[in-house]
Parts: sequence; C-alpha cells; structure tokens
Amino acid sequence: MAEASLSQLLPQDAIAAGIEAADWRAAIRAAGDLLVATGAATADYIGEMHTAVEAYGPYIVIAPGIALAHSRPSPAVLHTGLSWAGMRTPVEFGHSTNDPVRLVIGLAAVDHDGHSSALSRLARMLSDPGRLARLTEATDPAEIHRTISEYESSEAT
Amino acid sequence: MKILAVCGMGIGTSIMLKSNAEKAAASLGLDADVEVADIGTARGAAATADVVLTSGELAAEIGDVGIPVVVVDSFIDGDEVREKLSTALGS
Repeated sequence: MAEASLSQLLPQDAIAAGIEAADWRAAIRAAGDLLVATGAATADYIGEMHTAVEAYGPYIVIAPGIALAHSRPSPAVLHTGLSWAGMRTPVEFGHSTNDPVRLVIGLAAVDHDGHSSALSRLARMLSDPGRLARLTEATDPAEIHRTISEYESSEAT
Repeated sequence: MKILAVCGMGIGTSIMLKSNAEKAAASLGLDADVEVADIGTARGAAATADVVLTSGELAAEIGDVGIPVVVVDSFIDGDEVREKLSTALGS
C-alpha cells in the first residue's frame, strides 16, 4: 500500500489557527483536540502527549517556534494522522533555544515508519524560512492546506 | 559510517532529523547510514555508531558514549545539521 501523502495525513479539518493557549499543556491539547476531531486518536492520546513532555522534557520543540507533539503508538491511536495548531500568542514550552512556540504539529502514529516520508516532506517544507513564515502567519485553514498541497505537488514533479 | 539520530520515542522528531542528516551526509560526501533510536535504546545503539545527533534536552540524558554527541537546535535547518556534523567528524 502506498504511503499516505502529507495533505492526506493532514486534512483541512485538522488545521486551526489563531488558538489562544495559556501554557504548553493547553497548546498540546489544542493539537490533540484536532487529532480527536478528525478521528486519528481518542482523547486519551492527549494525556499521553502530555506525559511524553513530562518524561523527556520539551525536546519536542524541534525548531524555533515549532513543536511536534506526539507520543508512542498506542490503543489511543486510531489511524496515523497529523494536526496543525497555530497559536495567536506564542507559548513558552521551557525549551532552551527554540521558545516561544507559534505552531504545534500533532502526530498520532500507528507504527514506527508508516508516516516517515510524509514527515520528511514536512521537514523539507518547513525548512524554507519564507514558506514557514507564510504558513505560520496564515489564519485560514483552507489557505494553509492549499499551500501544503501545492508544495507537495511541486515536490512530486 | 553510522549516524544515530536520537529522539524521545523514535517515531517523530528523529525521523525529521534523519531526513536532514541523510542530506547533510550526502553533501559532505560521507557514505553514511542514518539510523533512528529512542532515548531508551540510544546508549546501546551508540556502541555501533560513529556519531550521535540529538537535541540538547536528550544529549544530557545520553551522557558520555565515547563518540561525538552533536546537539542540534533546529531539526529542520539543513545548514546547521551539515555544519555541526562536519565539525564533529573533522571533515
């Protein structure tokens, strides 16, 4: 079976922007709520994502302003999916170099590698500073999804 | 040579790091395999690796494994990964 594309793993309904989060827990909850809303995970998974940060620290803040909230594959994961939660006000996660966080990407994965090419593509997409700024400043989920789809089809050709 | 990309669980951040590390190794002309490990298995996996890439948070947990442990601040910054890998390997 072909691996799902980034735009399939991150449907428009899993994208939200302008979220007000009081702290890192609320920011992760926002990304988790979107995974729940799109059927990728149950509400238990949100607690598992919180526990991951409690256990290992804010290492999930993978780049300046960007966190990849996730936990291990578990019964709380229903299918592999991503979510995109843009913050209205940047949130402190306690990271030494990459705070504050403007974008929390949620990842629910059923296994270790079924999503790896989509995540690699995500990394490449976000590595362009101009595109990253456009994506984190956009507030319309349709526009964000369209930008991602356009990037993906440009890369595929 | 073997490059080990370490994250907390081996499913998310390390995959993003792996993609950049492969690109960095190729641009440095290194014949490298990039493997992924979670923090629980990182020390064991480091025994057969030449260099470890990870975040500052996790580098402290990995501790001294007898090979360079390179701290990457931005997992999506290809230039940073390439420069730090190059410095660590003296290439």
